[in-house]
Amino acid sequence: MARMKFLCDSDRCIECNACVTACKNEHDVPWGINRRRVVTLNDGKPGERSISMACMHCTDAPCAAVCPVSCFYTTADAIVLHDKDLCIGCGYCFYACPFGAPQYPRVGNFGGRGKMDKCTYCAGGPQQDNSPAEYLQYGANRIAEGKLPLCAEMCSTKALLAGDGEIIASIYKERVQRRGYGSGAWGWRTAYRETVPA
Amino acid sequence: MSRALLGAALALSLLAGGAQAQQTSGQPSGGAPEVQAPVPEVGAGRGRLGSGQVPQTTEPQAPTGAPDAPPVAAAPTPVTPIPAPPPLGDRDQADAAELELQATLRGQRISGRISIPNATAANLIQPAGREWREFHNRILTWVGGVAVLGMLVILAGFFLVKGRIRPEAGMSGRTLLRFNLLERANHWMVASCFVVLALSGLNLTFGRHVLLPVIGPEAFTAVSAAGKIAHNFLAFPFTLGLVVMFLLWVRDNIPNRLDIEWVKKGGGFIGRGHPQARRFNAGQKGMFWITILGGGLVAASGYVLVFPFTVTDIAGQQWAHVVHGLLTVLMIAAILAHIYIGSIGMEGAIDAMTTGQVDENWAREHHSLWLEEERVKARAPVPGAKPAGAG
Repeated sequence: MARMKFLCDSDRCIECNACVTACKNEHDVPWGINRRRVVTLNDGKPGERSISMACMHCTDAPCAAVCPVSCFYTTADAIVLHDKDLCIGCGYCFYACPFGAPQYPRVGNFGGRGKMDKCTYCAGGPQQDNSPAEYLQYGANRIAEGKLPLCAEMCSTKALLAGDGEIIASIYKERVQRRGYGSGAWGWRTAYRETVPA
Repeated sequence: MSRALLGAALALSLLAGGAQAQQTSGQPSGGAPEVQAPVPEVGAGRGRLGSGQVPQTTEPQAPTGAPDAPPVAAAPTPVTPIPAPPPLGDRDQADAAELELQATLRGQRISGRISIPNATAANLIQPAGREWREFHNRILTWVGGVAVLGMLVILAGFFLVKGRIRPEAGMSGRTLLRFNLLERANHWMVASCFVVLALSGLNLTFGRHVLLPVIGPEAFTAVSAAGKIAHNFLAFPFTLGLVVMFLLWVRDNIPNRLDIEWVKKGGGFIGRGHPQARRFNAGQKGMFWITILGGGLVAASGYVLVFPFTVTDIAGQQWAHVVHGLLTVLMIAAILAHIYIGSIGMEGAIDAMTTGQVDENWAREHHSLWLEEERVKARAPVPGAKPAGAG
């Protein structure tokens, strides 16, 4: 089994937000929820770079560690998923997540959070694979169809890479070697406690 | 074949002519300025041609621009050679791993600009989440466990050693009003809210380890979801009760010299003998201020949590949870002691909050000065009332 990861090559990302749009469209994500987003650092200054960020599917995921109802689980591909039937929308995973990945629909009273929603690595949830119930709760399950996440597949500059960690790291290293520069794999130290030498 | 070529050449020349016509008509004509956008059309025409303009004539053309400007022979050569700039990724920037390490060590966040309205999403990486996880999973669990279980053990030990404290003179059978209906109703509103808030709160920290293995994930989620709703809603009557409680009792809870004496004598609860006290003794005053100040802070931090990101950012939310969690487990421990002494720990104490009528002997031992005050008040003539037998 592969160890699935995301890698955003910020020297290639042009902040077109196609990954965000692809994700929203593929999974029919409701208003106000962004499973993926593009953050621009040093906007308008020298050294500006954009990074597409979503759930990084951490090793030793903080969300799973703090969840009061233990609704998270990790698949054989090391994808971190959660069970919306168990989630109570307490918001603790957002406080623990280094990447701001968990999203909550605003339902009910006050700042009332509904059941958490986040990037599933296009792997759905605990429901039957590619069933209507799974689509309704978690969106499409491309992994079960043998496909990779759509955000990375859609990326026009191939900045966003998804797939087995070793393979995408080797693709990135080869790029860096060829062009002579690179800013490293964003979030990898935090999520996987490893770095890709740039 | 040759006809096709001829056609292509014709189309080419027509296109080129069109492009030139655009350019010439694009000159400002002295009159009213025309609204036009020649650039994309020219660009489109050029794009289709592929290799720039095709000259229509071989005759020498007049140069564009100012006619009397001298033609530049060649670009000036720099005195010193200009080195090629380093590629963008290399310009004095730390790479991702280095920035993440720095942010972690300095307790900062890596954030930028985002094009969606959600400002919270502009944080790319917030390493402080790891510290919050440490607090939630370790510090709060330990502090809470030790405080709550420790207090239960202390109280059980106290009960075993001292047993139930009874008035030394026994019950007199004569009673007097200690708390009126408003005071009692408000106390029980705060108390019942506190119990539900405390249990649902403890469930969020300890339920996963204690309750979840017992009742299973589905039932545990049902309990926790109901607890969350109850927690959010009961915050409001709890806060209202705190305000009313403060207004009703603050007058009698100002610390004074008697309290020092009371503490020195061990309050008659731990030590021997009964130090003097007015309406509230030092222990009760302590409980009052723990409830008002602790409860106030817990309520304030709770409102920050229940309206997420309305007044603060992610760091503020994490701190609000730290304050809320630590203060509540300490308050729960304190309230356990309060419940103990108000119920099984001391005979006659519970009456003050049920019927409001306390026994005179109980009052004499625990609130001697208050009993005197009440007696003076009772003996004082009612204003406006005539003494019996007068006139």
